[in-house]
Amino acid sequence: MRLVVPRLGLLGALLLLVSGCGEGQRSAHEIAGADAERGRRLVASYACGVCHVVPGVAGAHGTVGPSLAGFAGRSYLAGRVPNEPTELVRWLADPPAIDPETAMPSVGLGGAETRDVAAYLYTLR
Amino acid sequence: MRPGRTRPCSDLSLAVLMAALALAGCGNRQSALLPRSEHAGEVFHLTLVMTLAGALILALVTVLAGLGLLGGSGVRRRLAGRPLLVGGGIVFPVVALTLLLIWEIAILARLDPPADDATLRVEVIGHQYWWEIRYLGPAGAHVTTANEVVLPAGGKVELALRTADVLHSFWIPSLGGKMDLIPGRTNRLTLTTGDPVVLRGQCAEFCGEQHALMAFDVEVLPPAGFAAWLERQRSPAAAPATPLLAEGRDAFLASGCGACHTVRGTPAVGRLGPDLTHVGGRRTIAAGSFPTNVGTLAGWIADAQHLKRGNRMPSFGNLDGRTLRAIATWLGSLE
Repeated sequence: MRLVVPRLGLLGALLLLVSGCGEGQRSAHEIAGADAERGRRLVASYACGVCHVVPGVAGAHGTVGPSLAGFAGRSYLAGRVPNEPTELVRWLADPPAIDPETAMPSVGLGGAETRDVAAYLYTLR
Repeated sequence: MRPGRTRPCSDLSLAVLMAALALAGCGNRQSALLPRSEHAGEVFHLTLVMTLAGALILALVTVLAGLGLLGGSGVRRRLAGRPLLVGGGIVFPVVALTLLLIWEIAILARLDPPADDATLRVEVIGHQYWWEIRYLGPAGAHVTTANEVVLPAGGKVELALRTADVLHSFWIPSLGGKMDLIPGRTNRLTLTTGDPVVLRGQCAEFCGEQHALMAFDVEVLPPAGFAAWLERQRSPAAAPATPLLAEGRDAFLASGCGACHTVRGTPAVGRLGPDLTHVGGRRTIAAGSFPTNVGTLAGWIADAQHLKRGNRMPSFGNLDGRTLRAIATWLGSLE
């Protein structure tokens, strides 16, 4: 009985440490000045759903490219570069520049548009 | 709403008008409740009057029924009397319906007038599941496009409607009524246009698996704009301006796309699918299904059967990424 209380305290401290692990990854996906809702509307208006399954966008159930469900949790982007805001914005602007063999074309998204779309994609957990 | 009113009509008409406007908000490019031509306006007017009159008569009959059930014996005796029975039960319906019939026939006669003075003749051929549109010019010089109907503002156009396979129906709700496309027969429809506007039409007769994805864009342009558009459509596809575009055109031809599609100015002369000479300039692809951009063009080519299963174009998932992008970029450049 004398050893249970310290062990419980140790367990509690360990749990608190571990629970802090998720926060760091989420804050690394922040994009200053971007509007995720505007990004969602852009995804709908460009019809990205023709190729991708995109949660939150009506009619987006394409199977040409990978599903974007859970996109925010992925480590790599297009199997090529780390899934970070700067890379994602670069990818959305010109996919063939990062992967010359990709089937995904550039649809001509402007700078602010790429940031808004990226912000929306990072809400897909 | 002032208290103490004695006329229920104004309240009802306001409610109906608001309901009509609310419904019109659901599809402001494709709504019979938002007329964009004189003819559509007359039909809408008739609809409104019939709805109001019907509602009014329903209210009246309900009140009479209520009085018959719950009123005093004096009221009920009068209700059962001959004057009300003959006047309300025979004379009133005959007069009202006859007047309505005369008015409807007059409207119908105006809706489908002889089109000798039509400024434009367009042939529409329905296919499963796309629209072939041919602008007929003098001496047989016609301009072929697909899935879009562009009309001059303030004009009268005569449409000759045919089908290549099964029953379809041509309907631009904001401009007029439906007209079926019947195998073995050419139907004629006359439409008039009002001010410049962007609209939408769709197939209105079940024609198969993808009947729901058989729409088309409609654009009413100022007369000068329409003439410029027609001239552009008449011209062949522009020569590729960059190596990527040339690669796309060559891949298009090498992949056998010309077996089904025509791109004037290239060896592609197929007639089984839509004419693609100016596909990049259209608002939508796949008969109104997706907005036109390089991405949707690539996705459609790669997986048409997933997006519109049962349509006559196979999925070309065999193309490598670079080739797919090149073809889609070239098609997107054909404006």
